Amino acid sequence: MIVLEDVQKRFPDGTVAVGGLSLTAPDGRITVLVGPSGCGKTTSLRMINRMIEPTGGSITVNGQDVAAMNPNELRRGMGYVIQHAGLFPHRSVIDNVATVPVLLGTKKSVARRQAMELLERVGLEPALAQRYPNQLSGGQQQRVGVARALAADPPVMLMDEPFSAVDPVVREQLQDEFLRLQSELGKTIVFVTHDIDEAIKLGDQVAVLRVGGTLAQVASPADLLADPVDDFVADFLGKDRGYRGLGFQATPQLPLREEVTVPIGSSKEQALRLAAGQRWILALDDQRRPLGWVEPEHLRDEVVPTMLHRGGTVASTEGSLRNALDAALSSPSRRGVIVDAAGRFVGTVVAAEVLSAVEVARADS
Amino acid sequence: MTWFTGHVDEVFGLARTHLVLSMVPLLFGLLIALPLGWMARRVPRLYGPLIAGSGLLYTIPSLALFILMPLVLGTQILDPINVIVAMTIYTIALMVRTVADGLAAVPDHVTQAATSMGIGRWRRFFTVELPLAVPVIAAGLRVAAVSNVSIVSVAAIIGVAQLGSLFTDGFNRAFVDPIVVGVIACLVLAVAVDAAILLVVRLLTPWQRGGAAA
Ligand SMILES: Nc1ncnc2c1ncn2[C@@H]1O[C@H](COP(=O)(O)OP(=O)(O)OP(=O)(O)O)[C@@H](O)[C@H]1O
Ligand SMILES: [Mg+2]
Repeated sequence: MIVLEDVQKRFPDGTVAVGGLSLTAPDGRITVLVGPSGCGKTTSLRMINRMIEPTGGSITVNGQDVAAMNPNELRRGMGYVIQHAGLFPHRSVIDNVATVPVLLGTKKSVARRQAMELLERVGLEPALAQRYPNQLSGGQQQRVGVARALAADPPVMLMDEPFSAVDPVVREQLQDEFLRLQSELGKTIVFVTHDIDEAIKLGDQVAVLRVGGTLAQVASPADLLADPVDDFVADFLGKDRGYRGLGFQATPQLPLREEVTVPIGSSKEQALRLAAGQRWILALDDQRRPLGWVEPEHLRDEVVPTMLHRGGTVASTEGSLRNALDAALSSPSRRGVIVDAAGRFVGTVVAAEVLSAVEVARADS
Repeated sequence: MTWFTGHVDEVFGLARTHLVLSMVPLLFGLLIALPLGWMARRVPRLYGPLIAGSGLLYTIPSLALFILMPLVLGTQILDPINVIVAMTIYTIALMVRTVADGLAAVPDHVTQAATSMGIGRWRRFFTVELPLAVPVIAAGLRVAAVSNVSIVSVAAIIGVAQLGSLFTDGFNRAFVDPIVVGVIACLVLAVAVDAAILLVVRLLTPWQRGGAAA
Protein backbone atom coordinates (compact mmCIF):
# COMPACT_ATOMS: atom_id res chain seq x y z
CA MET A 1 0.00 0.00 0.00
CA ILE A 2 1.29 3.42 -0.95
CA VAL A 3 0.12 6.32 1.15
CA LEU A 4 0.65 9.97 0.22
CA GLU A 5 -0.10 12.37 3.02
CA ASP A 6 -0.39 16.06 2.28
CA VAL A 7 2.50 15.74 -0.17
CA GLN A 8 3.79 18.99 -1.63
CA LYS A 9 6.33 19.96 -4.22
CA ARG A 10 7.45 23.49 -4.80
CA PHE A 11 10.25 23.75 -7.35
CA PRO A 12 13.14 26.15 -6.72
CA ASP A 13 11.68 28.60 -9.26
CA GLY A 14 8.56 28.86 -7.11
CA THR A 15 6.27 26.65 -9.21
CA VAL A 16 3.95 24.68 -6.98
CA ALA A 17 3.54 21.48 -8.93
CA VAL A 18 1.83 19.51 -6.16
CA GLY A 19 -0.02 21.42 -3.49
CA GLY A 20 -0.93 19.01 -0.74
CA LEU A 21 -1.93 15.66 -2.18
CA SER A 22 -3.33 12.92 0.02
CA LEU A 23 -4.03 9.59 -1.61
CA THR A 24 -3.86 5.88 -0.89
CA ALA A 25 -2.98 3.31 -3.54
CA PRO A 26 -4.23 -0.03 -2.21
CA ASP A 27 -2.31 -3.28 -2.65
CA GLY A 28 -2.93 -5.26 -5.81
CA ARG A 29 -4.95 -2.50 -7.41
CA ILE A 30 -4.50 0.01 -10.20
CA THR A 31 -4.74 3.60 -9.02
CA VAL A 32 -4.88 6.05 -11.90
CA LEU A 33 -3.81 9.67 -11.59
CA VAL A 34 -5.53 11.69 -14.27
CA GLY A 35 -5.81 15.40 -14.95
CA PRO A 36 -5.00 18.16 -17.39
CA SER A 37 -1.44 18.81 -18.59
CA GLY A 38 0.77 20.34 -15.93
CA CYS A 39 -1.39 19.30 -12.98
CA GLY A 40 1.52 17.52 -11.31
CA LYS A 41 0.90 13.88 -12.25
CA THR A 42 4.48 13.10 -13.23
CA THR A 43 5.82 15.05 -10.27
CA SER A 44 3.58 13.11 -7.88
CA LEU A 45 4.63 9.78 -9.38
CA ARG A 46 8.32 10.63 -9.21
CA MET A 47 8.09 11.61 -5.59
CA ILE A 48 7.06 8.03 -4.82
CA ASN A 49 10.41 6.66 -6.04
CA ARG A 50 12.25 9.82 -5.01
CA MET A 51 13.35 10.88 -8.46
CA ILE A 52 11.87 14.13 -7.16
CA GLU A 53 12.08 14.97 -3.46
CA PRO A 54 8.89 16.37 -1.92
CA THR A 55 9.07 19.71 -0.12
CA GLY A 56 6.33 18.73 2.29
CA GLY A 57 4.20 15.84 3.55
CA SER A 58 5.14 12.19 3.67
CA ILE A 59 5.01 9.11 1.47
CA THR A 60 5.02 5.60 2.85
CA VAL A 61 5.17 2.27 1.06
CA ASN A 62 3.85 -0.58 3.19
CA GLY A 63 4.25 1.62 6.23
CA GLN A 64 7.87 2.53 5.50
CA ASP A 65 8.71 6.17 4.98
CA VAL A 66 10.42 6.40 1.59
CA ALA A 67 12.41 9.44 2.76
CA ALA A 68 14.30 7.15 5.13
CA MET A 69 15.19 4.61 2.46
CA ASN A 70 18.19 4.45 0.16
CA PRO A 71 16.86 5.90 -3.12
CA ASN A 72 18.51 3.30 -5.35
CA GLU A 73 17.29 0.40 -3.26
CA LEU A 74 13.83 1.94 -3.18
CA ARG A 75 13.82 2.23 -6.97
CA ARG A 76 15.01 -1.31 -7.57
CA GLY A 77 11.91 -2.46 -5.72
CA MET A 78 9.59 -0.50 -7.98
CA GLY A 79 9.03 -0.98 -11.69
CA TYR A 80 8.87 2.27 -13.62
CA VAL A 81 7.56 2.64 -17.15
CA ILE A 82 7.61 5.87 -19.15
CA GLN A 83 6.15 7.19 -22.37
CA HIS A 84 8.90 6.35 -24.83
CA ALA A 85 9.90 3.26 -22.88
CA GLY A 86 13.34 4.78 -22.22
CA LEU A 87 15.06 1.62 -23.37
CA PHE A 88 18.84 1.55 -23.43
CA PRO A 89 19.69 1.90 -27.14
CA HIS A 90 23.06 0.20 -26.68
CA ARG A 91 21.72 -2.97 -25.10
CA SER A 92 19.82 -5.76 -26.75
CA VAL A 93 16.18 -6.22 -25.84
CA ILE A 94 16.94 -9.13 -23.56
CA ASP A 95 19.71 -7.28 -21.72
CA ASN A 96 17.42 -4.29 -21.30
CA VAL A 97 14.93 -6.55 -19.57
CA ALA A 98 17.60 -8.22 -17.44
CA THR A 99 19.01 -4.91 -16.16
CA VAL A 100 17.53 -4.74 -12.68
CA PRO A 101 17.87 -8.44 -11.80
CA VAL A 102 21.56 -8.24 -12.76
CA LEU A 103 21.85 -5.09 -10.67
CA LEU A 104 20.35 -7.02 -7.77
CA GLY A 105 22.94 -9.77 -8.15
CA THR A 106 21.15 -12.38 -10.24
CA LYS A 107 23.53 -14.30 -12.48
CA LYS A 108 23.43 -13.00 -16.03
CA SER A 109 22.48 -16.32 -17.57
CA VAL A 110 19.64 -16.76 -15.08
CA ALA A 111 18.46 -13.19 -15.58
CA ARG A 112 18.43 -13.70 -19.34
CA ARG A 113 16.41 -16.85 -19.10
CA GLN A 114 13.85 -15.10 -16.91
CA ALA A 115 13.86 -12.18 -19.33
CA MET A 116 12.94 -14.53 -22.18
CA GLU A 117 9.93 -15.75 -20.22
CA LEU A 118 8.88 -12.20 -19.48
CA LEU A 119 9.14 -11.17 -23.12
CA GLU A 120 6.78 -13.96 -23.99
CA ARG A 121 4.46 -12.88 -21.23
CA VAL A 122 4.12 -9.38 -22.63
CA GLY A 123 3.45 -10.80 -26.08
CA LEU A 124 6.83 -10.50 -27.79
CA GLU A 125 8.34 -13.15 -29.99
CA PRO A 126 11.58 -14.72 -28.76
CA ALA A 127 13.19 -13.75 -32.08
CA LEU A 128 13.12 -10.10 -31.01
CA ALA A 129 15.22 -10.72 -27.90
CA GLN A 130 18.57 -10.20 -29.62
CA ARG A 131 17.57 -7.00 -31.40
CA TYR A 132 18.44 -3.50 -30.35
CA PRO A 133 15.58 -1.18 -29.36
CA ASN A 134 15.78 0.94 -32.52
CA GLN A 135 14.96 -2.19 -34.49
CA LEU A 136 11.54 -2.46 -32.84
CA SER A 137 8.23 -0.75 -33.50
CA GLY A 138 6.88 1.71 -30.94
CA GLY A 139 4.38 -0.80 -29.60
CA GLN A 140 7.08 -3.47 -29.26
CA GLN A 141 9.38 -1.04 -27.47
CA GLN A 142 6.61 -0.22 -25.03
CA ARG A 143 6.09 -3.91 -24.33
CA VAL A 144 9.81 -4.28 -23.64
CA GLY A 145 9.52 -1.31 -21.28
CA VAL A 146 6.79 -3.10 -19.36
CA ALA A 147 8.76 -6.36 -19.31
CA ARG A 148 11.83 -4.53 -18.02
CA ALA A 149 9.85 -2.92 -15.23
CA LEU A 150 8.46 -6.33 -14.26
CA ALA A 151 11.79 -8.13 -14.42
CA ALA A 152 12.71 -8.07 -10.76
CA ASP A 153 9.09 -8.88 -9.88
CA PRO A 154 8.63 -5.69 -7.87
CA PRO A 155 5.41 -5.46 -5.85
CA VAL A 156 4.94 -1.86 -6.99
CA MET A 157 4.73 -0.46 -10.53
CA LEU A 158 4.80 3.22 -11.40
CA MET A 159 3.67 3.98 -14.94
CA ASP A 160 3.79 7.42 -16.56
CA GLU A 161 1.65 7.55 -19.71
CA PRO A 162 3.17 4.27 -20.89
CA PHE A 163 0.78 3.84 -23.81
CA SER A 164 0.37 7.40 -25.04
CA ALA A 165 3.06 7.38 -27.72
CA VAL A 166 1.49 4.61 -29.80
CA ASP A 167 -1.42 4.75 -32.23
CA PRO A 168 -4.95 4.14 -30.91
CA VAL A 169 -5.25 0.57 -32.18
CA VAL A 170 -1.97 -0.54 -30.62
CA ARG A 171 -2.81 1.41 -27.47
CA GLU A 172 -6.02 -0.53 -27.07
CA GLN A 173 -4.13 -3.82 -27.49
CA LEU A 174 -1.53 -2.79 -24.95
CA GLN A 175 -4.23 -1.77 -22.49
CA ASP A 176 -6.05 -5.09 -22.85
CA GLU A 177 -2.83 -7.05 -22.40
CA PHE A 178 -1.90 -4.90 -19.46
CA LEU A 179 -5.23 -5.70 -17.76
CA ARG A 180 -4.80 -9.40 -18.48
CA LEU A 181 -1.27 -9.31 -17.06
CA GLN A 182 -2.41 -7.42 -13.98
CA SER A 183 -5.16 -9.96 -13.36
CA GLU A 184 -2.40 -12.60 -13.17
CA LEU A 185 0.17 -10.56 -11.26
CA GLY A 186 -1.87 -8.36 -8.93
CA LYS A 187 0.73 -5.60 -8.61
CA THR A 188 0.19 -2.38 -6.71
CA ILE A 189 0.13 0.08 -9.58
CA VAL A 190 0.08 3.85 -9.80
CA PHE A 191 -0.70 4.77 -13.38
CA VAL A 192 -0.52 8.29 -14.79
CA THR A 193 -2.46 9.38 -17.86
CA HIS A 194 -4.11 12.49 -19.22
CA ASP A 195 -6.62 10.37 -21.11
CA ILE A 196 -9.81 9.99 -19.09
CA ASP A 197 -11.02 7.05 -21.17
CA GLU A 198 -7.82 5.19 -20.42
CA ALA A 199 -8.21 6.08 -16.74
CA ILE A 200 -11.73 4.71 -16.66
CA LYS A 201 -10.82 1.59 -18.57
CA LEU A 202 -7.78 0.68 -16.47
CA GLY A 203 -8.36 2.11 -13.03
CA ASP A 204 -9.69 0.26 -10.02
CA GLN A 205 -9.74 3.73 -8.58
CA VAL A 206 -9.27 7.01 -10.39
CA ALA A 207 -7.86 10.17 -8.82
CA VAL A 208 -8.67 13.34 -10.75
CA LEU A 209 -6.16 16.14 -10.13
CA ARG A 210 -6.51 19.85 -10.74
CA VAL A 211 -3.76 22.14 -11.95
CA GLY A 212 -1.74 23.03 -8.89
CA GLY A 213 -1.58 19.40 -7.88
CA THR A 214 -4.57 19.04 -5.63
CA LEU A 215 -7.04 16.19 -5.56
CA ALA A 216 -10.40 16.97 -7.09
CA GLN A 217 -11.93 13.55 -6.55
CA VAL A 218 -10.92 9.96 -6.05
CA ALA A 219 -13.40 7.17 -6.70
CA SER A 220 -14.02 4.02 -8.66
CA PRO A 221 -14.67 4.70 -12.36
CA ALA A 222 -18.36 3.86 -11.97
CA ASP A 223 -18.80 6.20 -9.01
CA LEU A 224 -16.84 8.91 -10.74
CA LEU A 225 -19.11 8.75 -13.79
CA ALA A 226 -22.22 8.53 -11.68
CA ASP A 227 -21.36 11.24 -9.23
CA PRO A 228 -18.67 13.79 -10.13
CA VAL A 229 -18.13 16.17 -7.20
CA ASP A 230 -18.01 19.38 -9.20
CA ASP A 231 -18.06 20.99 -12.64
CA PHE A 232 -14.34 20.54 -13.11
CA VAL A 233 -14.54 16.79 -12.67
CA ALA A 234 -17.75 16.58 -14.69
CA ASP A 235 -16.20 18.53 -17.58
CA PHE A 236 -13.07 16.51 -17.39
CA LEU A 237 -15.01 13.27 -17.55
CA GLY A 238 -16.66 14.53 -20.73
CA LYS A 239 -20.03 13.74 -22.29
CA ASP A 240 -22.05 10.53 -22.32
CA ARG A 241 -21.27 9.89 -18.68
CA GLY A 242 -24.56 8.10 -18.09
CA TYR A 243 -24.06 5.82 -21.04
CA ARG A 244 -20.39 5.16 -20.22
CA GLY A 245 -21.39 4.45 -16.62
CA LEU A 246 -23.47 1.53 -17.85
CA GLY A 247 -20.17 -0.05 -18.82
CA PHE A 248 -19.59 -0.75 -15.12
CA GLN A 249 -22.99 -2.30 -14.45
CA ALA A 250 -23.11 -6.04 -14.75
CA THR A 251 -25.95 -7.37 -16.86
CA PRO A 252 -28.73 -8.65 -14.61
CA GLN A 253 -31.10 -11.43 -15.66
CA LEU A 254 -32.61 -10.00 -18.81
CA PRO A 255 -35.96 -11.24 -20.16
CA LEU A 256 -34.42 -12.98 -23.15
CA ARG A 257 -36.63 -13.62 -26.17
CA GLU A 258 -36.66 -16.76 -28.17
CA GLU A 259 -35.42 -16.08 -31.63
CA VAL A 260 -35.88 -18.03 -34.82
CA THR A 261 -32.48 -18.72 -36.29
CA VAL A 262 -31.15 -20.14 -39.49
CA PRO A 263 -27.96 -22.21 -39.89
CA ILE A 264 -25.41 -20.74 -42.25
CA GLY A 265 -25.57 -22.44 -45.66
CA SER A 266 -29.35 -22.96 -45.60
CA SER A 267 -31.32 -22.39 -48.79
CA LYS A 268 -33.37 -19.29 -49.47
CA GLU A 269 -36.59 -21.33 -49.21
CA GLN A 270 -35.61 -22.66 -45.80
CA ALA A 271 -34.73 -19.18 -44.60
CA LEU A 272 -38.02 -17.75 -45.85
CA ARG A 273 -39.97 -20.53 -44.19
CA LEU A 274 -38.15 -20.11 -40.85
CA ALA A 275 -38.53 -16.33 -40.92
CA ALA A 276 -42.27 -16.75 -41.42
CA GLY A 277 -42.77 -13.21 -42.61
CA GLN A 278 -40.23 -11.51 -40.35
CA ARG A 279 -37.86 -9.20 -42.22
CA TRP A 280 -34.66 -10.22 -40.37
CA ILE A 281 -33.47 -13.60 -39.20
CA LEU A 282 -30.27 -14.45 -37.30
CA ALA A 283 -27.74 -16.77 -38.90
CA LEU A 284 -25.70 -19.11 -36.65
CA ASP A 285 -22.72 -21.33 -37.31
CA ASP A 286 -22.70 -25.02 -36.46
CA GLN A 287 -21.58 -24.20 -32.87
CA ARG A 288 -24.66 -21.97 -32.48
CA ARG A 289 -22.49 -18.85 -32.48
CA PRO A 290 -24.19 -15.81 -34.04
CA LEU A 291 -22.77 -14.75 -37.40
CA GLY A 292 -25.10 -11.91 -38.38
CA TRP A 293 -28.61 -10.93 -39.39
CA VAL A 294 -29.90 -11.73 -42.83
CA GLU A 295 -32.96 -10.66 -44.93
CA PRO A 296 -34.33 -13.85 -46.53
CA GLU A 297 -36.20 -11.81 -49.15
CA HIS A 298 -32.93 -10.49 -50.51
CA LEU A 299 -31.10 -13.80 -50.67
CA ARG A 300 -30.16 -15.10 -54.06
CA ASP A 301 -29.92 -18.80 -53.26
CA GLU A 302 -28.20 -19.65 -49.96
CA VAL A 303 -27.43 -17.98 -46.64
CA VAL A 304 -23.79 -17.12 -47.33
CA PRO A 305 -21.48 -14.94 -45.22
CA THR A 306 -21.46 -12.14 -47.81
CA MET A 307 -25.21 -11.68 -47.41
CA LEU A 308 -24.98 -11.11 -43.63
CA HIS A 309 -25.49 -7.71 -42.01
CA ARG A 310 -22.34 -7.07 -39.99
CA GLY A 311 -23.31 -3.91 -38.12
CA GLY A 312 -24.75 -5.42 -34.96
CA THR A 313 -22.65 -5.85 -31.82
CA VAL A 314 -23.01 -8.92 -29.66
CA ALA A 315 -23.34 -8.77 -25.86
CA SER A 316 -22.48 -11.47 -23.38
CA THR A 317 -24.57 -12.37 -20.37
CA GLU A 318 -21.29 -11.81 -18.49
CA GLY A 319 -20.85 -8.34 -19.98
CA SER A 320 -22.10 -4.91 -18.93
CA LEU A 321 -25.45 -3.26 -19.44
CA ARG A 322 -23.70 -0.94 -21.85
CA ASN A 323 -22.84 -3.90 -24.07
CA ALA A 324 -26.42 -5.18 -23.89
CA LEU A 325 -27.90 -1.79 -24.74
CA ASP A 326 -25.47 -1.30 -27.57
CA ALA A 327 -26.30 -4.75 -28.95
CA ALA A 328 -29.98 -3.76 -29.10
CA LEU A 329 -29.31 -0.31 -30.57
CA SER A 330 -26.93 -1.56 -33.23
CA SER A 331 -29.02 -4.49 -34.39
CA PRO A 332 -30.81 -4.01 -37.76
CA SER A 333 -33.74 -6.00 -36.36
CA ARG A 334 -33.71 -3.85 -33.17
CA ARG A 335 -33.28 -7.10 -31.26
CA GLY A 336 -29.91 -7.28 -29.53
CA VAL A 337 -28.02 -10.55 -29.75
CA ILE A 338 -27.01 -12.05 -26.40
CA VAL A 339 -24.54 -14.93 -26.02
CA ASP A 340 -23.31 -16.96 -23.07
CA ALA A 341 -19.76 -16.99 -21.77
CA ALA A 342 -18.77 -19.50 -24.45
CA GLY A 343 -20.12 -17.27 -27.22
CA ARG A 344 -23.21 -19.36 -27.98
CA PHE A 345 -26.46 -17.65 -28.82
CA VAL A 346 -28.95 -17.57 -25.94
CA GLY A 347 -31.59 -15.06 -27.05
CA THR A 348 -32.32 -11.46 -27.94
CA VAL A 349 -33.32 -8.40 -26.01
CA VAL A 350 -34.80 -5.05 -27.10
CA ALA A 351 -33.59 -1.64 -25.92
CA ALA A 352 -36.66 -0.95 -23.80
CA GLU A 353 -36.03 -4.10 -21.79
CA VAL A 354 -32.39 -3.17 -21.21
CA LEU A 355 -33.49 0.26 -20.05
CA SER A 356 -35.95 -1.25 -17.57
CA ALA A 357 -33.09 -3.35 -16.26
CA VAL A 358 -31.08 -0.14 -15.90
CA GLU A 359 -33.88 1.39 -13.88
CA VAL A 360 -34.09 -1.66 -11.64
CA ALA A 361 -30.32 -1.61 -11.12
CA ARG A 362 -30.52 2.10 -10.23
CA ALA A 363 -33.27 1.54 -7.72
CA ASP A 364 -31.29 -1.27 -6.10
CA SER A 365 -28.06 0.67 -5.71
CA MET B 1 63.20 7.83 -54.22
CA THR B 2 66.53 6.14 -53.77
CA TRP B 3 66.84 8.27 -50.62
CA PHE B 4 63.90 6.45 -49.04
CA THR B 5 65.17 2.96 -49.84
CA GLY B 6 68.42 3.91 -48.18
CA HIS B 7 66.72 5.25 -45.05
CA VAL B 8 63.82 2.87 -44.45
CA ASP B 9 64.87 2.02 -40.91
CA GLU B 10 65.35 5.63 -39.98
CA VAL B 11 61.93 6.63 -41.38
CA PHE B 12 60.18 3.80 -39.54
CA GLY B 13 61.95 4.75 -36.33
CA LEU B 14 60.83 8.34 -36.70
CA ALA B 15 57.29 7.20 -37.53
CA ARG B 16 57.15 5.11 -34.36
CA THR B 17 58.22 8.07 -32.23
CA HIS B 18 55.79 10.25 -34.11
CA LEU B 19 52.99 7.82 -33.32
CA VAL B 20 53.89 7.67 -29.63
CA LEU B 21 54.23 11.44 -29.35
CA SER B 22 50.81 12.01 -30.91
CA MET B 23 48.78 9.07 -29.58
CA VAL B 24 49.88 8.88 -25.94
CA PRO B 25 48.76 12.51 -25.51
CA LEU B 26 45.52 11.63 -27.33
CA LEU B 27 44.81 9.03 -24.67
CA PHE B 28 45.83 11.27 -21.76
CA GLY B 29 43.90 14.19 -23.21
CA LEU B 30 40.78 12.08 -23.59
CA LEU B 31 41.06 10.78 -20.03
CA ILE B 32 41.38 14.32 -18.70
CA ALA B 33 38.67 15.72 -20.97
CA LEU B 34 36.15 13.09 -19.80
CA PRO B 35 35.73 14.44 -16.26
CA LEU B 36 35.98 18.03 -17.48
CA GLY B 37 33.29 17.49 -20.10
CA TRP B 38 31.18 15.65 -17.57
CA MET B 39 31.49 18.56 -15.16
CA ALA B 40 30.60 21.06 -17.89
CA ARG B 41 27.41 19.05 -18.44
CA ARG B 42 26.56 18.58 -14.80
CA VAL B 43 27.20 22.07 -13.49
CA PRO B 44 25.56 24.52 -15.90
CA ARG B 45 27.54 27.42 -14.41
CA LEU B 46 30.81 25.75 -15.37
CA TYR B 47 29.79 24.96 -18.94
CA GLY B 48 30.70 28.37 -20.42
CA PRO B 49 34.05 28.82 -18.68
CA LEU B 50 35.16 25.21 -19.27
CA ILE B 51 34.28 25.17 -22.95
CA ALA B 52 35.65 28.63 -23.66
CA GLY B 53 38.76 28.07 -21.52
CA SER B 54 39.66 24.75 -23.08
CA GLY B 55 38.93 26.08 -26.55
CA LEU B 56 41.31 28.95 -25.92
CA LEU B 57 44.17 26.50 -25.26
CA TYR B 58 44.01 25.46 -28.89
CA THR B 59 44.86 29.00 -30.02
CA ILE B 60 48.29 28.92 -28.34
CA PRO B 61 50.85 28.55 -31.15
CA SER B 62 52.41 25.11 -30.93
CA LEU B 63 55.97 26.34 -31.20
CA ALA B 64 55.41 28.72 -28.29
CA LEU B 65 53.90 25.92 -26.23
CA PHE B 66 56.81 23.54 -26.95
CA ILE B 67 59.30 26.23 -25.96
CA LEU B 68 57.38 27.21 -22.82
CA MET B 69 57.02 23.67 -21.54
CA PRO B 70 60.54 23.26 -20.06
CA LEU B 71 60.08 26.56 -18.21
CA VAL B 72 56.73 25.47 -16.77
CA LEU B 73 57.64 21.86 -16.09
CA GLY B 74 61.28 22.38 -15.20
CA THR B 75 62.30 19.69 -17.69
CA GLN B 76 65.25 19.50 -20.09
CA ILE B 77 64.63 21.27 -23.36
CA LEU B 78 65.03 18.04 -25.35
CA ASP B 79 62.85 15.98 -23.04
CA PRO B 80 59.98 14.33 -25.03
CA ILE B 81 57.80 14.91 -21.94
CA ASN B 82 57.50 18.51 -23.11
CA VAL B 83 55.90 17.35 -26.34
CA ILE B 84 53.67 14.84 -24.60
CA VAL B 85 52.30 17.46 -22.22
CA ALA B 86 51.85 20.08 -24.94
CA MET B 87 50.01 17.64 -27.20
CA THR B 88 47.86 16.54 -24.25
CA ILE B 89 46.85 20.16 -23.80
CA TYR B 90 45.79 20.37 -27.45
CA THR B 91 43.81 17.18 -27.12
CA ILE B 92 42.04 18.50 -24.04
CA ALA B 93 41.30 21.70 -25.94
CA LEU B 94 39.47 19.74 -28.63
CA MET B 95 37.88 17.06 -26.49
CA VAL B 96 36.22 18.87 -23.58
CA ARG B 97 33.48 20.30 -25.75
CA THR B 98 33.09 17.02 -27.64
CA VAL B 99 32.67 15.05 -24.43
CA ALA B 100 30.14 17.58 -23.13
CA ASP B 101 28.25 17.44 -26.43
CA GLY B 102 28.37 13.66 -26.52
CA LEU B 103 26.94 13.38 -23.03
CA ALA B 104 24.31 15.98 -23.89
CA ALA B 105 23.25 13.84 -26.85
CA VAL B 106 22.19 10.99 -24.56
CA PRO B 107 18.37 11.16 -24.57
CA ASP B 108 16.87 12.41 -21.33
CA HIS B 109 14.35 9.62 -21.11
CA VAL B 110 17.16 7.08 -21.22
CA THR B 111 19.07 8.61 -18.28
CA GLN B 112 15.82 9.01 -16.40
CA ALA B 113 14.94 5.40 -17.03
CA ALA B 114 18.36 4.42 -15.69
CA THR B 115 17.80 6.49 -12.56
CA SER B 116 14.34 5.06 -12.10
CA MET B 117 15.82 1.56 -12.09
CA GLY B 118 18.08 2.37 -9.18
CA ILE B 119 21.27 2.69 -11.20
CA GLY B 120 23.49 5.00 -9.17
CA ARG B 121 25.18 8.07 -10.61
CA TRP B 122 28.61 6.53 -11.27
CA ARG B 123 27.37 3.28 -12.62
CA ARG B 124 24.95 5.21 -14.80
CA PHE B 125 27.80 7.29 -16.19
CA PHE B 126 29.95 4.31 -17.08
CA THR B 127 27.28 1.86 -18.22
CA VAL B 128 24.76 4.14 -19.90
CA GLU B 129 25.86 7.70 -20.59
CA LEU B 130 29.43 7.08 -21.67
CA PRO B 131 28.67 4.17 -24.03
CA LEU B 132 25.91 6.20 -25.65
CA ALA B 133 28.23 9.21 -26.03
CA VAL B 134 30.84 7.10 -27.83
CA PRO B 135 29.76 8.00 -31.39
CA VAL B 136 30.02 11.76 -30.76
CA ILE B 137 33.18 11.51 -28.66
CA ALA B 138 34.79 9.31 -31.32
CA ALA B 139 34.01 11.83 -34.04
CA GLY B 140 35.87 14.47 -32.04
CA LEU B 141 38.65 12.06 -31.24
CA ARG B 142 39.29 11.45 -34.93
CA VAL B 143 39.72 15.17 -35.49
CA ALA B 144 42.04 15.42 -32.49
CA ALA B 145 44.06 12.40 -33.65
CA VAL B 146 44.72 13.83 -37.09
CA SER B 147 45.41 17.24 -35.62
CA ASN B 148 47.95 15.70 -33.23
CA VAL B 149 49.74 13.84 -36.02
CA SER B 150 50.06 17.12 -37.85
CA ILE B 151 50.99 19.42 -34.95
CA VAL B 152 53.57 17.12 -33.38
CA SER B 153 55.86 17.53 -36.40
CA VAL B 154 56.55 21.09 -35.27
CA ALA B 155 58.48 19.63 -32.33
CA ALA B 156 61.33 18.95 -34.74
CA ILE B 157 62.23 22.61 -34.44
CA ILE B 158 62.96 22.20 -30.71
CA GLY B 159 64.96 19.09 -31.50
CA VAL B 160 62.60 16.26 -30.58
CA ALA B 161 63.01 13.79 -33.40
CA GLN B 162 60.00 12.37 -35.26
CA LEU B 163 58.72 12.56 -38.84
CA GLY B 164 58.90 16.36 -38.61
CA SER B 165 62.66 16.04 -38.45
CA LEU B 166 62.56 15.00 -42.09
CA PHE B 167 61.15 18.44 -42.95
CA THR B 168 63.82 20.38 -41.04
CA ASP B 169 66.50 18.07 -42.41
CA GLY B 170 65.37 18.51 -46.01
CA PHE B 171 64.97 22.23 -45.52
CA ASN B 172 68.45 22.67 -44.07
CA ARG B 173 70.04 20.71 -46.89
CA ALA B 174 67.76 22.13 -49.61
CA PHE B 175 67.00 18.50 -50.43
CA VAL B 176 63.39 17.68 -51.33
CA ASP B 177 63.30 13.86 -50.96
CA PRO B 178 63.12 13.64 -47.15
CA ILE B 179 60.37 16.30 -47.18
CA VAL B 180 58.23 14.31 -49.60
CA VAL B 181 58.80 11.09 -47.67
CA GLY B 182 57.92 12.92 -44.44
CA VAL B 183 54.67 14.29 -45.84
CA ILE B 184 53.63 10.89 -47.18
CA ALA B 185 54.56 9.15 -43.94
CA CYS B 186 52.51 11.68 -41.94
CA LEU B 187 49.54 11.14 -44.24
CA VAL B 188 49.76 7.37 -43.98
CA LEU B 189 50.03 7.63 -40.22
CA ALA B 190 47.00 9.91 -39.97
CA VAL B 191 44.90 7.65 -42.17
CA ALA B 192 45.98 4.55 -40.24
CA VAL B 193 45.20 6.13 -36.88
CA ASP B 194 41.83 7.30 -38.17
CA ALA B 195 41.00 3.83 -39.44
CA ALA B 196 42.05 2.29 -36.13
CA ILE B 197 39.73 4.61 -34.19
CA LEU B 198 36.89 3.84 -36.59
CA LEU B 199 37.41 0.14 -36.05
CA VAL B 200 37.38 0.47 -32.26
CA VAL B 201 34.21 2.54 -32.44
CA ARG B 202 32.50 -0.05 -34.58
CA LEU B 203 33.39 -2.71 -32.05
CA LEU B 204 32.15 -0.53 -29.21
CA THR B 205 28.84 0.40 -30.85
CA PRO B 206 27.25 -2.71 -32.32
CA TRP B 207 23.84 -1.15 -31.69
CA GLN B 208 24.51 1.47 -34.33
CA ARG B 209 24.59 -1.07 -37.10
CA GLY B 210 21.55 -2.56 -38.72
CA GLY B 211 18.73 -0.31 -39.85
CA ALA B 212 15.98 0.94 -37.62
CA ALA B 213 12.59 -0.71 -37.73
CA ALA B 214 9.82 0.89 -39.73
N1 LIG C 1 12.10 20.94 -12.68
C1 LIG C 1 11.04 21.79 -12.67
N2 LIG C 1 11.21 23.08 -12.34
C2 LIG C 1 10.16 23.92 -12.32
N3 LIG C 1 8.89 23.58 -12.62
C3 LIG C 1 8.66 22.31 -12.96
C4 LIG C 1 9.72 21.33 -13.01
N4 LIG C 1 9.20 20.15 -13.39
C5 LIG C 1 7.87 20.37 -13.57
N5 LIG C 1 7.55 21.65 -13.30
C6 LIG C 1 6.20 22.25 -13.36
O1 LIG C 1 5.38 21.58 -12.45
C7 LIG C 1 4.07 21.42 -13.00
C8 LIG C 1 3.67 19.99 -12.99
O2 LIG C 1 4.50 19.26 -13.88
P1 LIG C 1 4.27 17.72 -14.19
O3 LIG C 1 5.32 17.28 -15.11
O4 LIG C 1 4.13 16.97 -12.92
O5 LIG C 1 2.87 17.75 -14.94
P2 LIG C 1 2.01 16.56 -15.57
O6 LIG C 1 0.72 16.54 -14.83
O7 LIG C 1 2.80 15.32 -15.58
O8 LIG C 1 1.74 17.11 -17.03
P3 LIG C 1 1.68 16.33 -18.44
O9 LIG C 1 0.33 15.70 -18.54
O10 LIG C 1 1.84 17.42 -19.43
O11 LIG C 1 2.81 15.35 -18.46
C9 LIG C 1 4.10 22.07 -14.37
O12 LIG C 1 3.60 23.37 -14.26
C10 LIG C 1 5.56 22.08 -14.71
O13 LIG C 1 5.86 23.18 -15.55
MG1 LIG D 1 3.68 14.12 -17.14
